[in-house]
Amino acid sequence: MGGFLGRDILSIADFSRADIEHILKVADDMVVDPHKASERSLAGRILATVFFEPSTRTRLSFESAMKRLGGDVVSFGGLEGSSVAKGETLSDTVRMVEAYADAIVLRHPQEGAARLAAEFSSKPVINGGDGAGQHPTQTLLDLYTIWDELDTIDGRTVAFVGDLKYGRTVHSLALALCNFDVDLYCVAPPTLQLPGYILSQIKERGRDVKTANTLEELVKDVDVLYVTRIQKERFPDAAEYAKVAGSYRIDLDMLREAKKHMIIMHPLPRLGEIAPEVDRTPHAKYFQQAQNGVRVRMALLSLIFGVIP
Amino acid sequence: MKEIRVTPIKNGTVIDHIPSGRALKVLRILGITGEVSSTVTVAMHVPSKVMEWKDIVKVEDRELRPKEVDKIALIAPKASVNVIRNYNVAEKHVVQAPDRVVGILRCANPNCITNQREPVETEFLTREKQPLVLACKYCEREIEDVAAAIV
Repeated sequence: MGGFLGRDILSIADFSRADIEHILKVADDMVVDPHKASERSLAGRILATVFFEPSTRTRLSFESAMKRLGGDVVSFGGLEGSSVAKGETLSDTVRMVEAYADAIVLRHPQEGAARLAAEFSSKPVINGGDGAGQHPTQTLLDLYTIWDELDTIDGRTVAFVGDLKYGRTVHSLALALCNFDVDLYCVAPPTLQLPGYILSQIKERGRDVKTANTLEELVKDVDVLYVTRIQKERFPDAAEYAKVAGSYRIDLDMLREAKKHMIIMHPLPRLGEIAPEVDRTPHAKYFQQAQNGVRVRMALLSLIFGVIP
Repeated sequence: MKEIRVTPIKNGTVIDHIPSGRALKVLRILGITGEVSSTVTVAMHVPSKVMEWKDIVKVEDRELRPKEVDKIALIAPKASVNVIRNYNVAEKHVVQAPDRVVGILRCANPNCITNQREPVETEFLTREKQPLVLACKYCEREIEDVAAAIV
């Protein structure tokens, strides 16, 4: 296991199984309830959230995590009027921001932005999503949710549903799950299957992905249904979109044969992929998943600042 | 009379068994862009017993460094590189795929940060050597056509 003090969090591919398990255990010990929080271990530290793209969950949960630990946050938001709008390069922006903070969370529309930023920053950089590339903290909170809800990741069957081509959360989670003994399934329209470069990396890690044509034939066998949004703009016409989107919709009828402990996850925001009545079933864990983001990000911040070994 | 298309050189490097059509890319890898002080001979589409057709590059008065040789492996995995001293083959190199490639290649992903105005050299990590699979260190995408990615 690598040390975490001062470490950049750039890609889930940089983490071993031992690294991941350590983060999950630290996350489990985090006290999110303010009434129970006994120490403000990051008091005096400043986290910069640098978001070149809009984000709700990632930004809020990082800011919440830092503040729960007693730290402060400086933000770099709306780009209008900023140095970026004046044409500043990312490498220059990062060298400026590192003077104002002790760690940087970066969301950027271009793939590889976080790794580039880390090369120019002497302070740790956390990737908050780079284009269609990586979003490692989302993956860690997804792994935490599976581990926390099902007690173990090994031996589980995980099915990815929806837009598997463009959904970066699916790519990262599929690669991370290769560290565990899992069965992976994909259920997606032909045009939205996992891209070849992800499939080849999964194979390199000694795992295989099976495909199923319909959700119905698979639902009784899975432990985790990881559902993603099918975006309208991926389809040439509205009728085609409606047809495809409808066939990947999770409703109560579909869940009749599901295992009792089966959990449904979704990186959110959702459109119509999961019927609202599913929210009331014990399978629905997507809001819990979003909540887990704070716990997992608290763990990561504690680790990279070295207050937890 | 037998026609001699490519004459022997006294000192320098001969790169043989380049896949037909890739000689100009080999020149680019070697940084030969036109401003040269010694003779450079390029033979394209030459009959070959082994490859049917091949290209040959001869660079006079220059001995290639091992790193340069390995770069040639990116586009000519079966090339032989012979260092010539006083008309004799003094050294023979077999090209080998490098573990990483800095510069030379452009990432094929238009949305990769290295394709923006950032002051960084591209860097590719070798995922597999046979066949060669290179992935961008930054965006993690694999290059599908290495020859086309050469800058």
